[in-house]
Amino acid sequence: MPLYRDAAIVLRTHKLGEADRIITLLARERGLVRAVAKGVRRTKSKFGARLEPGMVVDAQLYEGRNLDTVTQVEVLAPYGEAIARDYDAWTAASAMLETAERLVEARESSRAQFFLLAGGLAALAGREHDAGLVLDAFLLRSLSVAGWAPSFRDCVRCGEPGPHKAFNVSAGGAVCPSCRTPGSAAPALATLALLGALLEGDWSSAEASEAVHRREGRGLVAAFLQWHLERGVRSLRLVERS
Amino acid sequence: MYEGAVQDLIDELGHLPGVGPKSAQRIAFHLLVADEDEVKRLVDALVQVKSRVRFCAVCGNVAEAETCRICSDDRRDASLICVVEEPKDVVAVERTREFRGRYHVLGGAISPMEGVGPDDLSIAQLFTRLADGSVTEVIIATDPNLEGEATATYLARALGTMGVRVSRLASGLPVGGDLEYADEITLGRAFEGRRLIHA
Ligand SMILES: [Zn+2]
Ligand SMILES: [Zn+2]
Repeated sequence: MPLYRDAAIVLRTHKLGEADRIITLLARERGLVRAVAKGVRRTKSKFGARLEPGMVVDAQLYEGRNLDTVTQVEVLAPYGEAIARDYDAWTAASAMLETAERLVEARESSRAQFFLLAGGLAALAGREHDAGLVLDAFLLRSLSVAGWAPSFRDCVRCGEPGPHKAFNVSAGGAVCPSCRTPGSAAPALATLALLGALLEGDWSSAEASEAVHRREGRGLVAAFLQWHLERGVRSLRLVERS
Repeated sequence: MYEGAVQDLIDELGHLPGVGPKSAQRIAFHLLVADEDEVKRLVDALVQVKSRVRFCAVCGNVAEAETCRICSDDRRDASLICVVEEPKDVVAVERTREFRGRYHVLGGAISPMEGVGPDDLSIAQLFTRLADGSVTEVIIATDPNLEGEATATYLARALGTMGVRVSRLASGLPVGGDLEYADEITLGRAFEGRRLIHA
């Protein structure tokens, strides 16, 4: 079946040769796909605008040995365009796209990741919530989908009901006094409550959080991500701390 | 695989942007049978470009002196700066003959995934050029793709406090392409129809 069609999110593009690009896609059914888009850098290309990071497309591809080739693309949702007009949304979206690329490479449960990413991009494009919070909510849920759900309330080791004061990144979340090991952090309870709210999608609590707890939460999420992915996510460096 | 020197040449050519293994092989064999003079001229051009050409201390464009030809030309309007990503974009804009100001070459676009942030581009140098108030308008002509758009968004926000007019090339340019591929007429129109972001 050399020709196939799938809904996909454009994660990243690389220049190839004179006017082509290699496009990395998170496809709903096929997971991570790398494909050549011929001539897209010429300004007259009909594909150009459609195969930009953050765009959700309905694509037809020709299966190749190493790389597939894009033959047709229609835009399903032009999130990337709206996101590029807001710098904070753009850096957050970059971190989301980069994380999705890494997680789907590691695991194959791509449908859940596809819908999670599409939802996150929609939230950024629609300016529904603070871009930094959307990013952290996405990262926590994306790690959960990948099988690394953190706990922000009950002890991750023994299940002792929380809230607990200690938090251990390598253990996977909050730890009770008896399970606590050296190297555990002691974040503010409000920070753990914020992360719990982001994981569950409780936006009214998350939006009510203070900047200091958002900052601390961002650090814990980044540490979590770093722990589970071999290399850190480059884009996080540019996400401005509000 | 070929023997020693030929393979070395193919490998070196293959590192060049836009040259795949097949092209590298084709160029290598062309050079192998070419006149000695033709090859010497090519080698000379390569050596000259590395020894003579540098980057303009003012705008970052390619230059054969401390400053580039455009920055040292008094007839160019010093109150207007066109911001582009790469020196090749200066050539593209010059071809339109629409623009009589000066340039600022960023050295790329902001690309979080590639680890390129505002501090990795010559944005601080742009601010230094604006400090004395002689520049009245900055035209942002980053590539018409989303990375270029996001870079323009960042610049527009950062320049908002500088008391200078900021405009962006008109959206007549189709999104997704490289500026260098825009034809003169389209690019010229994009200059005329540039939209103001900050007055
Ligand atoms: Zn415990
Ligand atoms: Zn110059």
